[in-house]
Amino acid sequence: MNAPIIELTDVKKSFGPVSVLKGVGLKVYPGKITALVGDNGAGKSTLIKGLAGVQPYDDGVVLFNGEQVHLHNPREASRLGIEVVYQDLALCDNLDIVQNMFLGREETATGIFDEGRMEREASETLRSLSVRTVKSVRQKVSSLSGGQRQTVAIARSVLKSARVVILDEPTAALGVAQTEQVLNLVKRLADSGVGVLMISHNLVDVFQVADYISVLYLGQMVASVEASRTTSDDVVGYITGSKTYNGEAA
Amino acid sequence: MTTDVASTSNGAPAQAPGVFTPEGAIGKLVRVQAFQILLVLVVIFLIFSALAPTIFPQWSNLRLIIQNMSILAILGIGMTFVIVTSGIDLSIGSVLVFSGVVSAMAMRAVGGDGLPTAGLGILVAVGCGLAWGILNGVLVAKAKVPPLIVTLGTLGGALGLSQVLTGGVDIRDVPSILSDNIGYGNVPGTTLPLISLIAFVFLVAFGIILHRTRFGLYTFAVGSNEEAVRRVGVKVDRHLILVYSISGGLAGVAGILSLSQYGTTAIAGQSQTNLNVIAAVVIGGTSLFGGVGTIFGTVVGLFIPAVLQNGFVIVGVQPFWQQVAVGFVLIIAVYIDQRRRLAAARGTGVKRRFSLGNLVTRRK
Ligand SMILES: Nc1ncnc2c1ncn2[C@@H]1O[C@H](COP(=O)(O)OP(=O)(O)OP(=O)(O)O)[C@@H](O)[C@H]1O
Ligand SMILES: [Mg+2]
Repeated sequence: MNAPIIELTDVKKSFGPVSVLKGVGLKVYPGKITALVGDNGAGKSTLIKGLAGVQPYDDGVVLFNGEQVHLHNPREASRLGIEVVYQDLALCDNLDIVQNMFLGREETATGIFDEGRMEREASETLRSLSVRTVKSVRQKVSSLSGGQRQTVAIARSVLKSARVVILDEPTAALGVAQTEQVLNLVKRLADSGVGVLMISHNLVDVFQVADYISVLYLGQMVASVEASRTTSDDVVGYITGSKTYNGEAA
Repeated sequence: MTTDVASTSNGAPAQAPGVFTPEGAIGKLVRVQAFQILLVLVVIFLIFSALAPTIFPQWSNLRLIIQNMSILAILGIGMTFVIVTSGIDLSIGSVLVFSGVVSAMAMRAVGGDGLPTAGLGILVAVGCGLAWGILNGVLVAKAKVPPLIVTLGTLGGALGLSQVLTGGVDIRDVPSILSDNIGYGNVPGTTLPLISLIAFVFLVAFGIILHRTRFGLYTFAVGSNEEAVRRVGVKVDRHLILVYSISGGLAGVAGILSLSQYGTTAIAGQSQTNLNVIAAVVIGGTSLFGGVGTIFGTVVGLFIPAVLQNGFVIVGVQPFWQQVAVGFVLIIAVYIDQRRRLAAARGTGVKRRFSLGNLVTRRK
């Protein structure tokens, strides 16, 4: 098995007197999908905000590709190639797909936008992810369906040549067909060598795509298992705290 | 080709590869509100031309229309930027007056009728406008006070201070170099008002900035989803301060132009200016929700009230009807914008209805 691209050890985070992460460990492998599950308030979002550099951890060690890194702000995370697709997607409705995918780092040729190049790269990225339903990359994002919007948000992270993509509940608001399509996209993303960390409340989705499952319970990582070596019932048990995991952390 | 990510919003089957082409340009044009409103303007123009063929469509009359519009056009530029960020600037009329007052006082203090005096006056006016704009911007971006409230406050502040400075008495000495050349002068060798050429240059310059530069793109992006822009690392606060500074600075420019044109500080004369400019910007297709708008639309939106006003006088309709007509055009324009947004929001579940609440509660 290859080395993890991200390895967290004993990560802690409190908000005032409330300790939200109480010494958490987590591994994300390149080319694999790690699902992060846990009940509401378990600390999942807090954990990924630390990786994104949005809310730095108070304590603990973060290894990226085996080297210790300090993620104090989003730029540092982004520089390492850690991209987060937030649940609200953070797309600009009134801009088109290309403008959204390149927002903040537009390509310019002698001071003028290199529209042709950006259009080409956006199209190529979508095509590399086998996205074929988007009529035009010059479409406004407001005219896209929920699944298409998720697609654009994910494609944006690919375009930034991300090495780790973190997805916060990518299928939460989607219907059956679109969920299927987004999960396929997530799989292709991992197949391209990217390490994927996916938060989800839906265990069916999790078992469909995840290679590893990590369960957070009240700020502690109570289980990290290979998906093929556990069952949905067990995972439900870990999530609710009615079962304890005795194996080694995968 | 086994799986397709997401179907199109209308449920149409997946398209073949190689469909990443821009939509038809003509179809797009017809759906742009600025274009629709241009058609309305053309119709109004044709009607008045038919009713008063010997007066209305003559250059001397059209010249008058564009001369009267020029100052509003300069203000409209800044307002377009501000509204595109989903903000509003109510203070422009007062800032115009304040800039005119301080500039007139400065020019009176140094005396003289020549270029140096005028140059000083211009610098002072623009500086005053910028200062108010920066104040607006900082309060909106940093203090997170809603733009409606901030600019309502500076509207009162700038007007009140103008009255304090002058004791409420208009200053009427303006260097003749300003009134002769900018106020009523023509571009040498033509009958084109110089003030209109000045406005045109500003329109083109800021049109390029809004529609062709990174600054312009971020202006639309901020109005569209401020948080998203923040997350990609754009300095949103700084951007908002710059946008309000543009609006303030242009109000300063308008201040010196107004001084040149009317030869007085006209302290009481700008109470409706902000609303007239906002109406024009919105009629021109700029959305009060932010994220949508064009400088071109704003120009068209300014022409409609101006042409109605002028035309009604010529054909002998009481000019009060102009306000009624503009009011209806404004409501229809916002109605169209509303419909377009609801149509665009199909499939995303996002429905935002315009309310003052949008302007009063500043989205973080
Ligand atoms: N900025 C904050 N200040 C104070 N408490 C916070 C803050 N952010 C999160 N918390 C608390 O930390 C705990 C974990 O929150 P977090 O959002 O990480 O949970 P989650 O696992 O993502 O839950 P969900 O599944 O509902 O999204 C919650 O009790 C929450 O109230
Ligand atoms: Mg969460």
